[in-house]
Amino acid sequence: MENLEKILKKHKLTSSDYTEIVRILGREPNYLEIGIFSAMWSEHCSYKSSRKYLSGFPTEAEWVIQGPGENAGVIDIGDGMAAVFKMESHNHPSYIEPYQGAATGVGGIMRDVFTMGARPVASLNSLRFGDVKRDDKIGKYQRYLVKGVVEGISGYGNSMGVPTVGGETSFDSCYNGNILVNAFNLGLAKSDEIFYGRAEGVGNPVIYVGSKTGRDGLGGAVMSSDGFSEETKALRPTVQVGDPFTEKLLLEACLEAFQTDYIVGIQDMGAAGLTSSSFEMADRSGSGMKMDLAKVPAREENMQPYEFMLSESQERMLICAKAGTEEKLIEIFHKWEVEAVVVGEVTDSGRMELYWGDEVVADIPVAPISSECPLVDRPISKPKYLEEISKTSEVGSIPNMEAFLKLFSSVEVVEKSWIYEQYDSMVQTNTVKQGGDLDASVIRVKENGKALAMSSDCNPRYCYIDPKGGSAAAVMESGRNVAMSGARPKAITDCLNFGNPENPEVMWQFAESTYGIKEACAELSTPVVSGNVSLYNETDGNSVFPTPSIAMVGVNESQEKVLPSVWQEEGNLIFLIGKTESEFGGSLYLKEIHDEVKGTLPEIDYKKELALWELVIEANSKGLLASAKDVNVGGVAVALGKLSAKSGFGIEAKPELDLLLFSETFSRAILEVKPEKENEFLVLAHKIGVVYEKIGKVGGSDFKLDDISLPVSQLQDIYFNTFKKIVERDL
Amino acid sequence: MSKKVGIVQFPGTNCDYDTESAFQQIGCETEFLWYKDSEIPKDIDLVVLPGGFSYGDYLRSGAIASSSPILSKIDEFTKDGGKVLGICNGFQILLESGFLPGAMKRNDNLHFISKHHYLKVENCDNPFLSDMKKGDIVKIPIAHAEGNYYIDEVGASDLRKNKQILLTYCDENGNELNPNGSVDSIAGICNIERNIFGLMPHPERAMEEILGSDDGVKMLEGFLN
Repeated sequence: MENLEKILKKHKLTSSDYTEIVRILGREPNYLEIGIFSAMWSEHCSYKSSRKYLSGFPTEAEWVIQGPGENAGVIDIGDGMAAVFKMESHNHPSYIEPYQGAATGVGGIMRDVFTMGARPVASLNSLRFGDVKRDDKIGKYQRYLVKGVVEGISGYGNSMGVPTVGGETSFDSCYNGNILVNAFNLGLAKSDEIFYGRAEGVGNPVIYVGSKTGRDGLGGAVMSSDGFSEETKALRPTVQVGDPFTEKLLLEACLEAFQTDYIVGIQDMGAAGLTSSSFEMADRSGSGMKMDLAKVPAREENMQPYEFMLSESQERMLICAKAGTEEKLIEIFHKWEVEAVVVGEVTDSGRMELYWGDEVVADIPVAPISSECPLVDRPISKPKYLEEISKTSEVGSIPNMEAFLKLFSSVEVVEKSWIYEQYDSMVQTNTVKQGGDLDASVIRVKENGKALAMSSDCNPRYCYIDPKGGSAAAVMESGRNVAMSGARPKAITDCLNFGNPENPEVMWQFAESTYGIKEACAELSTPVVSGNVSLYNETDGNSVFPTPSIAMVGVNESQEKVLPSVWQEEGNLIFLIGKTESEFGGSLYLKEIHDEVKGTLPEIDYKKELALWELVIEANSKGLLASAKDVNVGGVAVALGKLSAKSGFGIEAKPELDLLLFSETFSRAILEVKPEKENEFLVLAHKIGVVYEKIGKVGGSDFKLDDISLPVSQLQDIYFNTFKKIVERDL
Repeated sequence: MSKKVGIVQFPGTNCDYDTESAFQQIGCETEFLWYKDSEIPKDIDLVVLPGGFSYGDYLRSGAIASSSPILSKIDEFTKDGGKVLGICNGFQILLESGFLPGAMKRNDNLHFISKHHYLKVENCDNPFLSDMKKGDIVKIPIAHAEGNYYIDEVGASDLRKNKQILLTYCDENGNELNPNGSVDSIAGICNIERNIFGLMPHPERAMEEILGSDDGVKMLEGFLN
């Protein structure tokens, strides 16, 4: 091939990759085949740098129906019902074009869920932005990104009629050049009616359904597998454009089709579009496939086979149907005004044979392109910065009152209704706890009377100072949030966002992070059922903090017993569960007061964590609790501040903490108990064996916590009005 | 005899099942009607145009759906005494098709707004709010990007004169609180004949305490009388 070097470079393939391709094919590849290999072997699709570390995750439990490897994970939630969920990143596109990047992230994760036969019922998102408060161009661009991303999520999710019930947002300068947009979706299905991404049965038709294919998103998977630089904005045309209306029709058509027995397998066309969906479906079944690309519906004229295979146009699915049912199936899609065309059939050749009319345009063995992808065992090395961050500034150089006001008005702490009120959180009439209600989000399940709690968490500062411990802490925190609603944490999905894997220090962070998640998931009995890796989150050589977003899903046996995370009644007693140590590593205190991300991570003790969960779940099932809220960033002071601001009830509390009011020791919570339930609650606390302290009472119009004192109205003004001022300052 | 409610599904409708379960909860029979249907079944007492994003809100919300085949049958249906309720996108469709006066603009803050909001009952001498009293305050979710109701001064004064204003936005204590910029804080209206109703808030989402409010029950139950 002429200009081979240039072509390989464009496709981010090395000369040794090329040698492998020639070996696999037994001949020189053509241009289309190079494109296909390039997409399938991109970091995004092949996990070639990360795969080494992705084995060994705990993935099994009695309640796990489907672990990683399919479009989404599935757990049993009782009475014949299953929860199907996954989280995915859409970081690079969202930085380049925030509205469409975030919107198509939402669309993509929903397809991953409904392709399994589930109706999507709840979304979360985990967003990381840079310095939104800066006065310069960077600050302004970050505010533009916040607005664009939130509108994109809102525009797509609301139109789909799937409630966005919660999420988390944080801000750090490490994201200035590379924001993170992680979208989570959960669907419900009958546990014996799950669909898989398989193409099997020789002669069974392969049907393309959904939007026509255009040139949008061409090479997107390859784009996401590289770092960012100043020229990145020129990649805007590679960002896909979302059409939630078509996706809504596709959803309803698919759900109607799932009611029949016509479908053998189905998969959404996500990254690397028709290429990854067709190869993965054939690979999972050890089948071959023949497709005529000239039959693929085209949005633009003169589209070439290469473009059909590599386009990332949205809202498309590939279905393998039972032979003879194709007409009936197509009729269902047409009723919903969705395009559906037979483009090929399943073979037993083990090869992907692509035609353009009668002409063979590509012929690639299926298994080797997936299983023989050249894996990369990248060098790792412990980052040098870790040696320099152990010593921190002295805590306590300013009065607690001053520190509290600073922490409580931090952009990370203040209430984000500016964001979540743009999301339809109540459609489908299941939402019990939503954005702003603190801790986990909860939906009830109409079909079985239970409730599902979910929470997405990660503290990137913890992961920066200790990638392994910080990642384990993210699993613990997401589980704790779920437990605070009275639900038992069951399983996680993760979205691992890291910098450039070619940097040995980043690769070390990644490896450590996976060890932390593995350890925590094993210790807490919350297996990983699905996930996603996003590497190359770096700009001009600066990588983001390690950010493994963890979304935990838990089951509450009764939808009538969902525990709130807001003060319920004046006169109730406030208990702090868990012993507080002087632990400020990676804390909000150090960041806000001393502008440093340093120190030693708080100690991890899984037994204490589990005991806390047990206490809250059991106490709640016995009706002993009025509310429960976990303690995390900003410590006890910030947790109590949020409870008072949100409820409008003051407190009078004097814990024996002094400076430790802001310590971030793990495995702690604030529980609200009615006076008449105190004795019964204490008996249970003793039985389970937790450390507790009665620190005060709910009530009054002032927030009085040790030497911190201010009217609740002032607390509320800070809490509710700060974020809008920051994000809308350019208007 | 229980009442029968027909719920119209347009492409992009997404509150169809919520509406179905709300009316079933208060004891109605329900039936889905397809937007292409050229007839409204004779035994239907109430047709509901539910919320959602018909045709993706493309062009203007409700604009494309307003020319659907089934809309042309609403006229006959209401002339025979049938009742029609449009919720959110359904209200927008009723405005676009001219069954109710006025139009919708983008919310003042140009954002989608989703939250529980308080509403005040302005008039109850109509079948919809017949179980309520003037001045009652209810808590009902709103969820819309284009809920900024506009009508000119003449039209607004006609609405007031004819007692066509059903609901206005307010705070917990009944003081005016306008989330989206609507003229006179109008949240819902009806026609002069009092058998076509439209509102932006979602009573079907306020049917149970665990979801934050059950104030929607007494609103929808008005149709049982």
